[in-house]
Amino acid sequence: MGVSINWLKQYVDFDWKAEELAHRLTMAGIAIEGVERVDDDFILDLDLTPNRGDCLGMINLAREVAALTGSSIRLPEIVIKESQENINQYIKVGIDDPDLCRRYAARLIKNVKIQESPAWLQKALIHSGVRPINNVVDVTNYVMLECNQPLHAFDYNLLGNTILVRRARVGEKFTTLDEVERTLDNDMLVITDGSKPVALAGIMGGLDSEIHDATVDVLLESAWFLGPNIRRTSRKVGLRSESSIRFEKGTDINGVIYAVNRAVMLIQDLAGGEVARGICDEYPVPRKELQVTLRPERVNYLLGTELTPSLMRSYLEKLQFPVKERKGDFIVNIPSYRPDIEIEVDLIEEVARLHGYDQIEPGLPGGEIIPGGLTPFQKFRDEIKNIMSPYLNEVINYSFISEENFQRLLLPQDSNLRNVVRIANPLSEEQAVMRTLLLPGLLHNVSTNLARKNENLGFYEMGAVFYPAESGLPLEKMRLGAIVCGHSDVNWTRHRVEMDFFYLKGIVENLLWKLGLEECEFIVAKDSSYHPGRSAVLKYYGDELGVIGEVHPQVLQNYDIKQRCCAFELDVEKLFAHKRTRSMVDRIARYPAVERDIAVVLANEVTAAAALKVIRDAEKELLKDVVVFDLYAGEQVASGYKSMAFRMTFQSMERTLTENDINSSVNRIVERLQKDLSAQLR
Amino acid sequence: MLNKLKEIADNSEKWLSQAGSIEEINELRVKVLGRKGEITQVLRGLKDLDAGERASVGKIANQVKEKLESMISSRTEEIKGEELQLRLSRESVDISLPGLPLQRGGKHPLTLINEEIREIFLSMGFSVAEGPEIESDYYNFEALNIPRDHPAREMQDSFYISEDILLRTHTSPVQVRTMEKLAPQLPVKIIVPGRVYRRDDDATHSPMFNQVEGLVIDKRITFGHLKGTLMHFAHKIFGEDVKVRYRPSFFPFTEPSAEMDISCVNCKGSGCRVCSHTGWLEILGAGMVDPRVLQFGGYDGEQVTGFAFGMGVERIAMLKYGINDLRLFFDNDKRFLRQF
Ligand SMILES: [Zn+2]
Repeated sequence: MGVSINWLKQYVDFDWKAEELAHRLTMAGIAIEGVERVDDDFILDLDLTPNRGDCLGMINLAREVAALTGSSIRLPEIVIKESQENINQYIKVGIDDPDLCRRYAARLIKNVKIQESPAWLQKALIHSGVRPINNVVDVTNYVMLECNQPLHAFDYNLLGNTILVRRARVGEKFTTLDEVERTLDNDMLVITDGSKPVALAGIMGGLDSEIHDATVDVLLESAWFLGPNIRRTSRKVGLRSESSIRFEKGTDINGVIYAVNRAVMLIQDLAGGEVARGICDEYPVPRKELQVTLRPERVNYLLGTELTPSLMRSYLEKLQFPVKERKGDFIVNIPSYRPDIEIEVDLIEEVARLHGYDQIEPGLPGGEIIPGGLTPFQKFRDEIKNIMSPYLNEVINYSFISEENFQRLLLPQDSNLRNVVRIANPLSEEQAVMRTLLLPGLLHNVSTNLARKNENLGFYEMGAVFYPAESGLPLEKMRLGAIVCGHSDVNWTRHRVEMDFFYLKGIVENLLWKLGLEECEFIVAKDSSYHPGRSAVLKYYGDELGVIGEVHPQVLQNYDIKQRCCAFELDVEKLFAHKRTRSMVDRIARYPAVERDIAVVLANEVTAAAALKVIRDAEKELLKDVVVFDLYAGEQVASGYKSMAFRMTFQSMERTLTENDINSSVNRIVERLQKDLSAQLR
Repeated sequence: MLNKLKEIADNSEKWLSQAGSIEEINELRVKVLGRKGEITQVLRGLKDLDAGERASVGKIANQVKEKLESMISSRTEEIKGEELQLRLSRESVDISLPGLPLQRGGKHPLTLINEEIREIFLSMGFSVAEGPEIESDYYNFEALNIPRDHPAREMQDSFYISEDILLRTHTSPVQVRTMEKLAPQLPVKIIVPGRVYRRDDDATHSPMFNQVEGLVIDKRITFGHLKGTLMHFAHKIFGEDVKVRYRPSFFPFTEPSAEMDISCVNCKGSGCRVCSHTGWLEILGAGMVDPRVLQFGGYDGEQVTGFAFGMGVERIAMLKYGINDLRLFFDNDKRFLRQF
């Protein structure tokens, strides 16, 4: 909101330049975002916190300035010439729903002359961002900006002699000033002429009773409406106005009369007319005075200061809060224009901000510092990120996805992963359900990067996935996912690594090894999102930890990815549950190790894991290690068969092995391979 | 015989000076000093001489032998040195060629900043608490003194799952959850990092972003402690030379509430586009925990006091890394990620 400094100066004196004023107000909690020079004036850009809606009124803002300068404000004096005719002859006001409308006041001015407002008034409105319309409407807006009390002017002759404030009826129709017909419901408050609505209370008047060029008699409304209800209605009908914004934040119920009188006086000045005697003022249950006790020692206790009680009192008095002292405590009467102050801490904040936050000495909490720390699970997650980060770039994806992903991932209709936590009011279908797996986000990352010609990708993400729960909050599970595609960056060394299934498997194996889970098994997977011949489920002693595989070509196509991608997704909580601390298992042998290579021809169906198991089982004592070092299928080998070469390391803890020892071990191994797997030695 | 020795010595010296390789020297060693070598033969021939001559010739022969041995070994060293020099010069590479391209991964910048923030508070004795991303209305709003009709809970701000369950709009619910778990233990000293969600999506708002929340409760915790603690944080993360200021603000769950600004890291306070020409940057919100919130958490606001604070991780990361577009964080472009 824009605030004219010239206008502000009508109510309070200060010598500060605009920037200085802006700074002082900002440091007192009334944030000024900027200062703009307009003609001979400066406009402050006010950015109020929601609790200080009162400062949307020039007079209340002037009170803040006065509190800072130590001066006092000047309220415009009200002088009204009333006619002999009593307002009660013309209008009768009733409130059916005093829970939503605690006060409703009205005044009548007859025989006004509607015309353009004088320049000073137009300028004041324009500087505040309000469009001038005509003298009567402009006065209501001017007084609203001045007193923070929204007013409404009706054409009395289009209204009739009754005002009744009530809840709208379900389905009741009403056309607002902006010529939109609105359908109301039972939670909305309307001003009626006794039968039909003439205004949507606190938000906007009706088209049928608005002030127009030929209006002669004006009925002015000044009322207090319940903020939360105005806010709800305003949301529901999708209409926010300068008026509704103010009611939402809370207005001064005791300021209703001053504001209507101020408007009547200005209308009489600018539009002439006779003011009917008296005010229709329905105020069934007047506001009870609010008294809040402030204990000076509590102020110092909470702020960590040593302010004297008299200094505290002086701050409250600068705010014009009436203060009485009782047994060393201050009993403070809270003015009705400050609805934000309810309890003692609210007053402590007033003292603190008037004293100046920067005047409070900073310190650190005393006592010994008990070292903080991370929980084992928090450390574990760090550890995983540390293991993944040398190879892959961490991504962070939105936790919500489009439900369409499940189709693209070829998930069966009865898949558990389709059982989602759904957002009731998503921003778009793209963000409508909470993810149940990380894969769609990772595929999306690859897809968008490839579209931008970023090739050779390796990403990982650690984050929560979500599942509905029988009762209470949904379940949140921590997952680790990764995706790779392409190959290592082109370079002059002819050293190129394909980022394929085995590359990614290597990353997983490295992770598992570091977590002490190298005994994890890879078992052929049946996961519809992955290539059936190139995917595996990870099992640790029967517990399924996750899945790894080349993404199914159809899925890749569904994500518009034109190259092979491999991905994995692991359950972080399960990894954590099984994790073992590494310990020294192998003693370092003092006797030399001997390597032997064998190559055997095996049927294609025989897996490397099966062959390795046979080899290890055949020689448990002397075989230290065995690795697959070559794999060949082609002309040299019959079709349906492959050649697999193993490098075996033999070593004894007790002695140097002889040629005989090794030959007999190798023979035993070859025999087992022949017998168990029908292997042929090459 | 002496002539013979002299001849051997001269020839050998000549040979040595011309020898270009270890092999040639070895050849000489065999030819002269070997078992059937020339010197050996001279020494064998000594037995035919008379005793007097034998002694003098033998002495000279041994001198020649020793001399040759030392010349051979020094010449060997020389040639080894030359050969090494030669090999080194042959083996020189273009060291400007790039190294073997290892896969270079890395943590997301938000993770890096999160870790940095965390380390600062861990060293001050804070622990890390966490809570669910999908929260109940009670923890997200009600227990934080945000009643039903508070503007902060309007539908347009929150993503709802059902009437009572929503995506948390801040990490503050973990404050109350932690208090409930710990009350009446003291002190409470936690930070809460995590994803939060708000129904906003434009150039400066992301529907998902990251916060770090903090909470300290103990006997006699003051606003001064709030200032001191957060000032320490600001200096650690942005440097000892940043200026810090506090101004009154409003949060439903703290009173008094404050906003902490630091002097603009871009212009050092003289005013620029980053700080909207104010010289100051808003970094975090904080305040003394409202006694009503303490009560929700199971503490008596008369007996204990506390302060709380909250900051946006993206904002800190943008300032620290000079990132000008919030959306880059969740776009996950390789060219962006590879810079960290
Ligand atoms: Zn700046």
